[in-house]
Amino acid sequence: MKSGRFWAWVVFILGAAYFFIPLLATVEFSLRMRRGVHSFDAYQIVLGDPRFQATFLYSVIAAVFTIILGVLVVVPTAYWIRLRLPQLRPIVEFITLLPLVIPAIVIVFGYIRMYGSNSPLPFLGSNMGANALLVIGYATLALPYMYRAVDTGLRTIDVRTLTEAAQILGAGWGTIIGRVILPNVLIAVLSGAFLTFAIVIGEFTMASLLNRPAFGPYLQNIGANRAYEPAALAVIAFAITWGCMSLIQILSRFAPKSANRPN
Amino acid sequence: MADPFLSIQHVRKSFGATTVVEDFNLDVERGEFVSFLGPSGCGKTTVLRMVAGFEEPSAGTIVVGGKDITRLKPNQRNVGMVFQAYALFPNLTVAQNIGFGLKVAGMSRADIDARVAEMLGIIKLPQMADRYPYQLSGGQQQRIALARAIAPKPKLLLLDEPLSALDAKVRVSLREEIRSIQKKLGITTIFVTHDQEEALSISDRIAVMYGGKAEQVGTPFEIYNRPATKFVANFVGTLNVLEGTVTDAAAGTVRVNSEQVSLKGKLNGSKSGDTLSLALRPEAISLGRQPGRDSSLSGEISEVHFLGSVIRVRVGIGGNTVSLDTFNSPATPPPAVGEKAEISFSSSDMLVLH
Ligand SMILES: Nc1ncnc2c1ncn2[C@@H]1O[C@H](COP(=O)(O)OP(=O)(O)OP(=O)(O)O)[C@@H](O)[C@H]1O
Ligand SMILES: [Mg+2]
Repeated sequence: MKSGRFWAWVVFILGAAYFFIPLLATVEFSLRMRRGVHSFDAYQIVLGDPRFQATFLYSVIAAVFTIILGVLVVVPTAYWIRLRLPQLRPIVEFITLLPLVIPAIVIVFGYIRMYGSNSPLPFLGSNMGANALLVIGYATLALPYMYRAVDTGLRTIDVRTLTEAAQILGAGWGTIIGRVILPNVLIAVLSGAFLTFAIVIGEFTMASLLNRPAFGPYLQNIGANRAYEPAALAVIAFAITWGCMSLIQILSRFAPKSANRPN
Repeated sequence: MADPFLSIQHVRKSFGATTVVEDFNLDVERGEFVSFLGPSGCGKTTVLRMVAGFEEPSAGTIVVGGKDITRLKPNQRNVGMVFQAYALFPNLTVAQNIGFGLKVAGMSRADIDARVAEMLGIIKLPQMADRYPYQLSGGQQQRIALARAIAPKPKLLLLDEPLSALDAKVRVSLREEIRSIQKKLGITTIFVTHDQEEALSISDRIAVMYGGKAEQVGTPFEIYNRPATKFVANFVGTLNVLEGTVTDAAAGTVRVNSEQVSLKGKLNGSKSGDTLSLALRPEAISLGRQPGRDSSLSGEISEVHFLGSVIRVRVGIGGNTVSLDTFNSPATPPPAVGEKAEISFSSSDMLVLH
């Protein structure tokens, strides 16, 4: 018992070291731009760079649209599967997992072939078209996380009975989804949204191959050409992702309590 | 007779190859309280869901107030429903739950508030308006669900085993409350239950269901005292069944365990030598010979259960056992197991089961 606990701590400390030492090293390195002393010079340069601001804003907007698209696709789908087509669940779950199996580069090459300027659907012929395609691609990448988050949220309520209770009171589908289903899975939807945000902000492959001015390609570009700034950028990107995860944790405390406790 | 308010005509429902409701017919008067009573899986919920519009009948029609609603969607029917699992919206307060149907119907804010307050008064929970469902007990939640169902003044109120998740005490008080609210508002109601005491105590009429059909529809008194089929007789109340053989069909005499019982006028169609199932309610039997009881049988006491005010005695008569209840009397000790005993009853209380 006692030695079991000892070894558990050893493993834990080794794991934490494996994770934190590179992180601390990066932080430390990012502070060494000015010779001899620690300073925030690298951060100042990065945050003051207009390309940083432009690409970061671009990625934030892309993330917002990705989240909207993801919610519009995933919430009705997951709801309908639970309500009417439970036999399709394994198939839909499999489909939502495909983006984890198929590398983004494969998807994006498919896009370029399918939607090139000479194809019947020339998404890539215009700037807005390419932006739209990027958002669609991001929604695909985020699908496994979004679907799972929403489906878990739906599991905590009795979807079928609540739907019927609303229907018999005269509600149509819009009211049912807007007033009954969505508010009860809102926390789950938000945690899916923050995961999506974290993915989109750092994404490189799709943005780069579709030639979009996003944050991921900017990171890569800086990383290849500078010494201290990439370290500062990596720390900033990590802080954003970490902030998203903490928000999910905080939000999950506010989930509506289920009223269907047995008594 | 005036046209019934709700008329369910020749309704059938199949899921794939299995038919779960078969030629179901029922007419309900305006303001009437009808219970569906039957064992699990007999199709009570299915019929109710067809009236609500959640299932579409495979055949037949459902008419409410002279209008055929068979193919209408649930949200076009103006029907209220209370579910077994309460089904309150967890994200809405009690007041918002009750006002949900009113808001959907486009009622003004002030009218909604007034109606919600009135409903909270009717269900006697006026101080609960701002609570959330998870802050309420099961019985309170179900009363809110009832208020939510009746707030939009539906034409019909449907309740699917609304009390079965509650404990026994709450069950009894809430069923009486449901009945009194129903009477006060005069709302036509269908109440599904598999608890016979519940059905007997609060219904105007009961439809006893078995295998997807209505076996018998009648007042609680009729269902209990004049069951039309063997199933109804067995399902409703405790019943003692004795085997008898017709000895003289014309005179109406039947032999039960070597004693003769006269059942004149009850044997309709049986011939001499036929075997019959004869039934007696426990309360129709007395221990010992009693004045006014024209028939008797002798046997031996096999069990005695002292229940307080009542003593339940089981008497073996030939191969059958008969239960009967006698009142406790401090002066006379209860009979002992193994004693010889005679039971008496009126032959007019004896049911011949077909
Ligand atoms: N959607 C469905 N698909 C297939 N069979 C069904 C479906 N709904 C109900 N059934 C079957 O129909 C029969 C009647 O079901 P129903 O729910 O009406 O019974 P019930 O009388 O309400 O029983 P209980 O008292 O247990 O609630 C059951 O055998 C059930 O398995
Ligand atoms: Mg049922």
